[in-house]
Amino acid sequence: MTSRISRRAFLKGSITVAGSVAATSSVARAAKSITKKSSEPLVTLIDISKCIGCEECVYACQEVNEPKFPEPEKPFPKMFPSRVPVQDWSDKRDVTDRLTPYNWLFIQHAFVDIDGEETELTIPRRCMHCANPPCVKLCPWGALKQEDNGLSRIDSDLCLGGSKCKSVCPWNIPERQTGSGMYLNILPSLAGNGNMHKCDRCYNRLEKGEQPACIEICPEDVQTIGLKSEILKKAHALVRETNGYIYGELENGGTNTIYVSPVPFDQLNKSIEKGKGKPHLKKVENMMANGTNIAKAMLIAPIAGIAAAFGKFYLSSQEDK
Amino acid sequence: MKTTGKLRKYIYGITFFFLVLTGFGQMPVYKRYYISDIPGLEWLSQFYITHVMHYIASFVLIALVVYVFISFIFRGSGKITGSGYLKIFILAGLIVSGSLLVIRNLPGVFLGHNLIIVLDLTHLALCMMLMAVSFYTLITKKTWVK
Repeated sequence: MTSRISRRAFLKGSITVAGSVAATSSVARAAKSITKKSSEPLVTLIDISKCIGCEECVYACQEVNEPKFPEPEKPFPKMFPSRVPVQDWSDKRDVTDRLTPYNWLFIQHAFVDIDGEETELTIPRRCMHCANPPCVKLCPWGALKQEDNGLSRIDSDLCLGGSKCKSVCPWNIPERQTGSGMYLNILPSLAGNGNMHKCDRCYNRLEKGEQPACIEICPEDVQTIGLKSEILKKAHALVRETNGYIYGELENGGTNTIYVSPVPFDQLNKSIEKGKGKPHLKKVENMMANGTNIAKAMLIAPIAGIAAAFGKFYLSSQEDK
Repeated sequence: MKTTGKLRKYIYGITFFFLVLTGFGQMPVYKRYYISDIPGLEWLSQFYITHVMHYIASFVLIALVVYVFISFIFRGSGKITGSGYLKIFILAGLIVSGSLLVIRNLPGVFLGHNLIIVLDLTHLALCMMLMAVSFYTLITKKTWVK
């Protein structure tokens, strides 16, 4: 525990130092440039081959986002019906090997064969920030928001913890904490179940011209953030350079997180531990595509109504003759 | 003519039923309250299915509303009742708020957060109002047009 505290204290200090350095360096200029108004979303590029799995990003994320973490009221309201699960992570805040309401980023481990040698690859995992995020678009209360810079985030003041965002997320990213949020003031036993939580790409830091904590703290520069066109150009150049593979560009119709790996993603997906709080790396079809296609077809609905009415008018006028 | 009126009534009734059913399916309630455990109703807890079905039923409703509106103008007779006006007003609100939510769901569309919350709540409130008014007109046998 002592070593953990000192590690966190060290990281806190590191972030402060990094922030001070950033203020007078090219990092600050880069951070400022990413906040400039642009019609293009911001995208992060994650070069898996650079990641050493040190987890500094994980602790930096926890450190800077601590004020956003839920502080549930206990005992929890008795839930009705009894099948409604109580999900309590408030006593397990130190868990870092999966996504939780208190851990929005974790490192996944894959063991793969590279040039005949078994190699461990480490992969930072968090919300992909989809270009057309089902979690945001399908939330029935508007509790999730998508900023015009492409990030999506959950408004804890509005979220009722119904977990629909997790169900519709192709990677099941959001995690629930029971016992906090607006549902406590409505019908806590009958509707809602807390708050959902996930990476918000440090929206408040971006607003101030700072980089997300995980990017700023990384000693290996695993992540790069920038305008979509620039990042995609970089990602494809990296793929060509390293004979690598790309993930996130087409998944779920496109995301604002691009991974580049030295091995195919189906190999990585086979090797990583998957399950609750541990997302896969499978190919993902565009989950919103059917809805989008029908929405476009809806433009025909008034025309169909007009045609039917004129058809009826024409037929009855023929009958009258 | 009578058959067309009956058919129109059935189409409206079935569409309204599916819109309410799939509309409530946008909230995570069917699984929580065991409704999707009923054999044949498992799909009610599949959010992507209820979402698409809600869109399809909306397509039918919009086409039907336009058809009825133009037919009424062509016919040139009949007087809309008070409850008829109320239902038309609510339906118009549902179609406008629903259409804006459909636009919001398109890729690359960013509506203001407050506007989205207002649209979500308005859509739900109007649906409840239409259900209540429709129930009242059904039991009191009040028609749309005199």
